Amino acid sequence: MTIVYAGLLLGALGLAFGGLLTFAARKFHVQVDERIEQVKECLGGANCGACGYAGCDAFAAAVVAGKAPVNGCAPAGEKGVRRISEIMGQAAPDTEKMVARVLCQGENGVAMERYAYDGYKSCAVAASLAGGPKDCRFACIGLGDCQDKCKFGAITMANGIAQIDPEKCTACGACVKACPRSVISLLPLSQNIIVRCRNSDTARAARAVCMDACIGCGRCKKECQYEAIIVENGFAHIDHEKCTRCGACAKVCPCGCITIE
Amino acid sequence: MSANMNVFLFFVSCVLTNNFIFSRFLGCCPFLGVSNKVETSFSMGMAVTFVMTIASLCCYMIYNWLLIPLGLKFMNTIAFILVIAALVQFVEMFLKKNSPTLYSALGIYLPLITTNCAVLGVTTLNVNNGYNMLYAVLNGAFSALGFTLAIVLMAGVRERLESSKIPECMKGFPITLVSAGLMAVAFMGFSGLV
Repeated sequence: MTIVYAGLLLGALGLAFGGLLTFAARKFHVQVDERIEQVKECLGGANCGACGYAGCDAFAAAVVAGKAPVNGCAPAGEKGVRRISEIMGQAAPDTEKMVARVLCQGENGVAMERYAYDGYKSCAVAASLAGGPKDCRFACIGLGDCQDKCKFGAITMANGIAQIDPEKCTACGACVKACPRSVISLLPLSQNIIVRCRNSDTARAARAVCMDACIGCGRCKKECQYEAIIVENGFAHIDHEKCTRCGACAKVCPCGCITIE
Repeated sequence: MSANMNVFLFFVSCVLTNNFIFSRFLGCCPFLGVSNKVETSFSMGMAVTFVMTIASLCCYMIYNWLLIPLGLKFMNTIAFILVIAALVQFVEMFLKKNSPTLYSALGIYLPLITTNCAVLGVTTLNVNNGYNMLYAVLNGAFSALGFTLAIVLMAGVRERLESSKIPECMKGFPITLVSAGLMAVAFMGFSGLV
């Protein structure tokens, strides 16, 4: 009998409190803009903070309040931005999908090793020890600071350098900030021709530390019919607007540092 | 001894001698979590006071008027949890409507009052000590005031700590726990007062 009483009593209590709370919920209902919830669903949802707000919730609220741009969330991707624009009743801004690229090919064996690093597994720590474990002061150190920061699992470390999967990359920019050497850049996804070296030393010095270093010879510049390449600071730069992705530059590069994805 | 004197002694006993945080070690989660700013911690203390007072009253009524007549004394923990959960939900709705600033300042710690052992602790203590209705409510209110006192004092200490030179390894949580321990030692001095 006791067990029946116990069940009944708790059931009744639960029902009574439930009823009271329902009543209170009606009474104290706060009108929340339902668009906030809708916008939130379109976002990356990783609370990466790349938008500059405290998290996805804060960003969604800011978008609805008109304080943040609809395309402020990089991980939302093109689809997300389009849907957010629909929710907000705006035309979708023309945004090109960006992707993070590692501008270094200094794998183990390609880039010269200054010393064997055996310490705490962090690029920032290694970079501060006698100029880093690789001779090149622009090289990817390859201990995975960027990998730790990537919330989308897009980065793997292979043979001493970082590799980014463009499919998984959402261009949130966390890795760009994490890299002590600034090796990672956000580039348009369509830009499949990339100068994978940032060594601004003279040709001889650059070549001495890495077999794949850009020596700033300018052959790519001469080959390019669209004047999309300039050589500045000792290495080649490609203008993404002018480049037609023909790939002629990559064929003539004597150092193999222009790659076609 | 007059009734007033009794109540006063009861107050001293709840707030200082048997302080919930420093001598019973109940409610330590919000004590460490929300004691960053004096203002927020005071609001948290007030929210806890409200919940604890009402919870003491409700639980007293449910225990004495429902559980005892039905011979269901052993169900007290579950019934009390139910009451507390419903109350906290209610407080949350109320604050969301009437004080959004306070609501966002308390953040996650507001729903966490549900699982704050201080609230369940006070209702269980009321039953164990056999308090009558008045004393049960007073116990809830005074104990919560003791909680408020502790959390506000702690917030004051932590605000000072922000601007003082602390060894790197002690910054943040470690120094907070050390200060909490020292404060607990200080509160031990009140034992034997009542």
